[in-house]
Amino acid sequence: MADSSSPAVEAVAVANPPARAMSPARLAGIALALAVALGLPFVVSDFHSFQLTQAIIYAIALLGLNMLTGYNGQISLGHGAFYAIGAYTAAILIDKAGVPYWATLPAAGILCFVVGFLFGLPALRLEGLYLALATLALALVVPQFLRFRPMEGLTNGVQGISLDKPAAPFGLPLTPDQWLYFFALFVAALMFWAGHNMLRGRIGRAMIAIRDHHISAETMGINSALIKSTTFGVSALYTGVAGALSAVVVAFVAPDSFELFLSISLLVGMVIGGLASVSGAIYGGLFVQFVPNIAEEVSKAAPWAIYGVILILFMFFMPAGIAGFVRQIRGWLRKRLAGSPADG
Amino acid sequence: MDLFVQQVLAGLAVGGIYASLALALVMIYQATELVNFAQGEMAMFSTYIAWQLVQSGVPFWVAFFLTIVISLIGGVAIERLIIRPARNAPVLAIVIIFIGLLVILNSMAGWIWTYTNQIFPSPFPDRPYLGVNVQELGAIGVTLVVLALVFAFFRYTTLGLAMRAAAQNPTSSRLVGIRVGWMLALGWGLAAAIGGVAGIMVAPKLQLDPNMMGGVLLYAFAGALVGGISSPGGAVLGGFAVGVIENLVGTYVPVVGSQLKLAVALILIVGVLTVRPAGIFGRSVVHRV
Amino acid sequence: MSMTRRLLCTTGLAAAVALVASPGLAQKKYGPGVTDKEIKIGNTNPYSGPASAYGTIGRTIAAYFEKINAAGGINGRKITFVTLDDGYSPPKTVEQTRKLVEREKVLVIFQGLGTPTNSAIHKYMNSRKVPQLFVATGATKWGQPKKYPWTMGWQPNYQTEGAIYAKYVLQNVKNPKIAVLYQNDDYGKDYLVGLRAGLGAKADSMIAKSLSYEVSSPTVDAQVVQLKNSGANVFLNVTTPKFAVQAIKKAHDLGWKPVHFLNNVSVSVSRVMKPAGYEKSQGIISSAYAKDPTDPQWKNDKEYLEWVAFMKKWYPRGNLNSSFNAYAYAVAKTMEHVLKQAGDNLTRENIMRTAASMKDVRVPMLLPGVMLNTGPGDFRPIEQMQLMRFEGETFKRFGPIIDAGGSS
Repeated sequence: MADSSSPAVEAVAVANPPARAMSPARLAGIALALAVALGLPFVVSDFHSFQLTQAIIYAIALLGLNMLTGYNGQISLGHGAFYAIGAYTAAILIDKAGVPYWATLPAAGILCFVVGFLFGLPALRLEGLYLALATLALALVVPQFLRFRPMEGLTNGVQGISLDKPAAPFGLPLTPDQWLYFFALFVAALMFWAGHNMLRGRIGRAMIAIRDHHISAETMGINSALIKSTTFGVSALYTGVAGALSAVVVAFVAPDSFELFLSISLLVGMVIGGLASVSGAIYGGLFVQFVPNIAEEVSKAAPWAIYGVILILFMFFMPAGIAGFVRQIRGWLRKRLAGSPADG
Repeated sequence: MDLFVQQVLAGLAVGGIYASLALALVMIYQATELVNFAQGEMAMFSTYIAWQLVQSGVPFWVAFFLTIVISLIGGVAIERLIIRPARNAPVLAIVIIFIGLLVILNSMAGWIWTYTNQIFPSPFPDRPYLGVNVQELGAIGVTLVVLALVFAFFRYTTLGLAMRAAAQNPTSSRLVGIRVGWMLALGWGLAAAIGGVAGIMVAPKLQLDPNMMGGVLLYAFAGALVGGISSPGGAVLGGFAVGVIENLVGTYVPVVGSQLKLAVALILIVGVLTVRPAGIFGRSVVHRV
Repeated sequence: MSMTRRLLCTTGLAAAVALVASPGLAQKKYGPGVTDKEIKIGNTNPYSGPASAYGTIGRTIAAYFEKINAAGGINGRKITFVTLDDGYSPPKTVEQTRKLVEREKVLVIFQGLGTPTNSAIHKYMNSRKVPQLFVATGATKWGQPKKYPWTMGWQPNYQTEGAIYAKYVLQNVKNPKIAVLYQNDDYGKDYLVGLRAGLGAKADSMIAKSLSYEVSSPTVDAQVVQLKNSGANVFLNVTTPKFAVQAIKKAHDLGWKPVHFLNNVSVSVSRVMKPAGYEKSQGIISSAYAKDPTDPQWKNDKEYLEWVAFMKKWYPRGNLNSSFNAYAYAVAKTMEHVLKQAGDNLTRENIMRTAASMKDVRVPMLLPGVMLNTGPGDFRPIEQMQLMRFEGETFKRFGPIIDAGGSS
């Protein structure tokens, strides 16, 4: 089994090595996970399928955010805005233009790419705190914009848009919840595969180079401005598609669905899942969907206090996120299985 | 003209609210080079403590100073217990810790004191003056006093100098004998105390509830950045500016203004930052490559 | 008579008597969540997030059901009240409601709070045929029995109230120029719609300026400054208590003395009029359908005292100054009434049927003369309000009880 990480490479890569080529064991692991995922809706209730679908949707959104912040170093406190734009695009197209739900995803993605790219241009001048503020502003502006009276003809204003849940096509013997789960899983698999390839390739390396040392990166001929804006666009695209999916699954959108808390949850999910990690997005998605529910089970009186404690404990013990922790465990296991040098 | 003057005065009055919290943000930034997103909730929690004291019969100004002391101790405790163990974690992990702290404080305040708004007494008389209220002017006055104290502290005391040094260059500071760890803790304590003052001053106007500072934090953040996060005076000025800009935008920009004034104000602020990235009064820090 | 005939007659008579005397005895029909000993009721409320102040409603209701249970329950069945936090976020409401319906298998969803939150589950509840009963919002859309037969409101809707103020203005104010301050959500906008509807064709010419504010705004001072400057002599104040205080104080500080209408949500002597200042609040007009627990006129009222006793024993952390808690008490009593009426026929269909056949039902803490009325075409239980004016330290009711009733 090829092990490409020598100590020197590890040191440079810090806690976030770039996505590497798939080893056979890794592929087998993914195949197993996929098999489990395909079987789940048949063993759990419709309600749980619904929850898992939401977790998948968050995972797609988190992959988008991770591309921007984890791989490219541009912090965003406002990705909920792209989620909202994607969701409303889907809802308006379905409700007002009768577009079939699956066709709204590419539309939402493209629109969000454009918005993200355009936002990324002035954001080039901002870094760190200032970029944080600008993205925060974006997150707050979008719900206000959705309530804006002159736009009400399109957005229904504060009332929101109510949709019908799609049934399984071609008369498949699936409940709507099961069908949407598979649909979301399919979309996620597609987007994760595409994302993984992009991050592994030249663009991904350029993104990481800019994150780690943008002056050197530019010296090496990377068009920092283009890469950064494009990353913003792609990141927005992913989150927008996730938003569109959520509109179809929840079958309702309103400005209240996209308040600042959503953006903060995405940030939390990304960091807890693991920065600069594709699998981190999946862990993060599960975290964002299920941990608040767990906290509610633990304490009815102050569930969010429990949630806050969980956040802090996670950051104490897994500062590189769950993905980072898994990587540590794998590395530790590998060392033990390989035996100590004295064993020969 | 009358409308303009009224809006400027009203803007200054609300800007005073932003300015007072911005001061706390600056304090924490000066000490730790981090923006503490939980600052608003810490201020809110301190205000609840003050409220509880007043409810139990303690006279207002005694409760005021008692709360400052309690907040100071609380801030130091938070730094020692929660921030310090994670000091080597990546920046975003620390941000998540701030968010965790924010959520805990909000939830605990709601659990202890319920989510119903409480009326908080103002120490100043309730009298109109030039269209604003004497209570608001009194609050602005207290903010300016605190600003003067903070400015004097950083400029003229050895402790203030030591704190700034510890934040900017911990290694060299240790070599000179500065207890860097305790400087950080002190920074947190002072920021918590300033936040407590801010909360007590704004609570009469905003009414006390666990979500009181939620909306204010963003404006305070924007004001601090636009004025210059490394400058207490700049941040306070920034807070006032944000209040006035938002009011004027709301009044004079047609159609868009009244309903999207938050959006327009923020766009303006971000615009300022793209032109002057360190804020109007901030100092551009040049890093070695 | 022969023996057989006598036997037949007696048996027939006995059967007839039995059928007449205890109609429910033979028909124990249960929907989901009901057993001989239990009725499961579901609810979503914002216990966290920006609307968390309303969460006290859920707590009061829970306390009231505990009180009923301690006394033996309703018709021998204890109420299991399962209430979940949705943080006022519609997607979360969908998730929690589905959990209640599909996992907890509750009989009804009772008093879900908020308009966008209830809108998110509107279609789901009606397609699944689960009662969405007595929703905690005054939006107008909840009274549509033909299209949405499983959804029913409770309180008078905001549009009706706006229209009532409009009528008052048309009748009592010369050359009215109206300024409106409203919260930028369904609640605030509904009032504006009602006002315009009540003013009719003159709406555009009479409304001088209308401005909104966000729930997250720190103050509404800037809006009040603008509204005063519009030269208006009528002010419709559609704000929640915290902002109502600010608006009243600011108007006073600016020397603006319009005919001031305060919306019903902010009617609370101790939480609005007193902190704003009694002198500044004189003459403010509002309307009500329920008793404000902080209004001194009810100090010795029997219903008020019962409510206080209930709060002190069963929900001591609840604020006795909060009209939300009086509201919750009245709604809980309504649910109790419906369940009692339904007897042993506790199917979802029968619950809706019972709820839709309330005739002059009175629950405590409603104003004298205000009653619940529903019918197959009328899913708006309370449609009566009475105007009142703040004088001294209390709200004095005047005029008749206005009935906006009729079909939806």
